[in-house]
Amino acid sequence: MLEFINVSYETLDGKEIIKGISLQIDDRFVAITGPNGGGKSTMAKLIAGIYMPTSGRILLDGEDITNLSITERAHRGISFAFQQPVRFKGITVKELISIASGKNISVSEACQYLSEVGLCAKDYINREVDGSLSGGELKRIEIAMINARGTKLSIFDEPEAGIDLWSFNNLIQVFRSMYERTKGSIVIISHQERILDIADKIIVVSGGEIAAYGAKNQILPELLGAQAGCRFTKEACK
Amino acid sequence: MMDAIQKTLLEQVAGLHEVPQGAYSLRINGSLHGKNDSENISIVKKEDKPGIDIYIKPGTKNESMHIPVLLSQSGLKEVVYNDFHVGADCDVTIVAGCGIHNSGSGESEHSGIHTFYVAEGARIKYVEKHYGQGDGNGKNVMNPTTVVVMAKDSYMEMETAQIKGVDSTKRDTRATLADGATLIVREKIMTHGEQFAETNFTVDLNGENCATHVISRSVAKDKSRQSFLSHVNGNNKCSGHTECDAIIMDDAQVIALPQIEANHVDASLIHEAAIGKIAGEQLIKLMTLGLTEKEAEEHIVNGFLK
Ligand SMILES: Nc1ncnc2c1ncn2[C@@H]1O[C@H](COP(=O)(O)OP(=O)(O)OP(=O)(O)O)[C@@H](O)[C@H]1O
Ligand SMILES: [Mg+2]
Repeated sequence: MLEFINVSYETLDGKEIIKGISLQIDDRFVAITGPNGGGKSTMAKLIAGIYMPTSGRILLDGEDITNLSITERAHRGISFAFQQPVRFKGITVKELISIASGKNISVSEACQYLSEVGLCAKDYINREVDGSLSGGELKRIEIAMINARGTKLSIFDEPEAGIDLWSFNNLIQVFRSMYERTKGSIVIISHQERILDIADKIIVVSGGEIAAYGAKNQILPELLGAQAGCRFTKEACK
Repeated sequence: MMDAIQKTLLEQVAGLHEVPQGAYSLRINGSLHGKNDSENISIVKKEDKPGIDIYIKPGTKNESMHIPVLLSQSGLKEVVYNDFHVGADCDVTIVAGCGIHNSGSGESEHSGIHTFYVAEGARIKYVEKHYGQGDGNGKNVMNPTTVVVMAKDSYMEMETAQIKGVDSTKRDTRATLADGATLIVREKIMTHGEQFAETNFTVDLNGENCATHVISRSVAKDKSRQSFLSHVNGNNKCSGHTECDAIIMDDAQVIALPQIEANHVDASLIHEAAIGKIAGEQLIKLMTLGLTEKEAEEHIVNGFLK
């Protein structure tokens, strides 16, 4: 499905953030976790085409997408929910969901996507996606957009951040039903045990490298043990 | 009869396909083409200079009137004086607009001087659209002046838009507010090519508890230039707020000079001005949804000016 071949990413000032990662993602539900600053969001941006690797190649279903633009990758079926959603003056929730779904959707369709993420649709549909929305509301709209796209690879960067506890269960439901409804693959970057717990595989990224990659029931116990936590993070301190 | 070009202009500035219902005055190529009074609104042609006096009876509610101006003859220059006498306790909408089609090489120019006398307790919404087109190299120039005199507890909302085709514009708006009066101004401007647009607002907050919000949103593309000047003078217990928010693109230039002056200890005045290019993350977000960079830019600009 998705493959990294020796991918590195350096910032303009020469700091190496991703250090020659090679990995293959074939499962339909994969979680990426690891310490803050480990390189998770950077990996997601490399997949979406927001960052271009300094070296290495990225393949999607065997096609080399390394040199494709963000737009081209979006057309190939990559969707990316940002860790920090973007605000727009004057663009409404309905317009954004329409853009995401690639067609002019009806109010009732837009409402469905919004209800799924726990927003009362009629209160939000015509609101501008600007500074007046709360952080949690924005995060939910971000998820609704990815849902509306319904592409073959959906990447969510810490979707649970800012979402209240009550809604947390519903959020898990959103991913479950997405998993069941679509034929696509879901990659979730998360620090939450309960999200890691619904993944098929877990990838631990630390210090710009893959510290561990395996089945959930193999990785999760290690992660939760105090010792393991050290093992995965000490890389960063070298 | 109007020809096809004039009809397009009318549609652009007034959203109308034909001569409107109700009270209207339509000016085409420098002379009054037609007018109609309603029971409550009478329009009287000025004798001493070009223009009209509009009298709206006190207590007129939920009525709207149109006063479009169309110029399709290249090289025509005119100054027109329109005075609006809005009676007490009215609630009316006035839609004005100027459309120029210049297919020659002469400079076409329309300068409308609109004066509003808004009587006590009246509410008025004033909408003004400016639009230019043409295939010649003659310039389209519009220099609107709006003077607003607001009596006690009156309320006025003024919406102006200039989105396309005006090569040069100097907009001058001056208002004085009595006790409890409120003036809200929303301006939208987009300039491209080598266009120039200057807007200048002066609001004197003279009455107790009067208030104003002046909100300008603009986009400057290509080599166009814009300047936004506002002077809000708080001369009593009052509140004033000006906001200029501009997107700058290409080789354009934008100047914002908001000035607030408090001459009373209970005057509360705020100004905000922000100029910047389209945020990269906004473009990126829309591109991850499948839009090209160009399409993303259009969505952002259209939304911003909506
Ligand atoms: N454009 C950049 N310029 C310089 N440093 C950067 C840039 N982008 C990311 N970094 C650095 O790269 C490292 C990895 O960042 P990244 O955002 O990928 O971490 P993360 O794993 O997503 O962390 P978190 O869990 O806090 O979201 C961090 O140290 C960060 O400061
Ligand atoms: Mg991150």
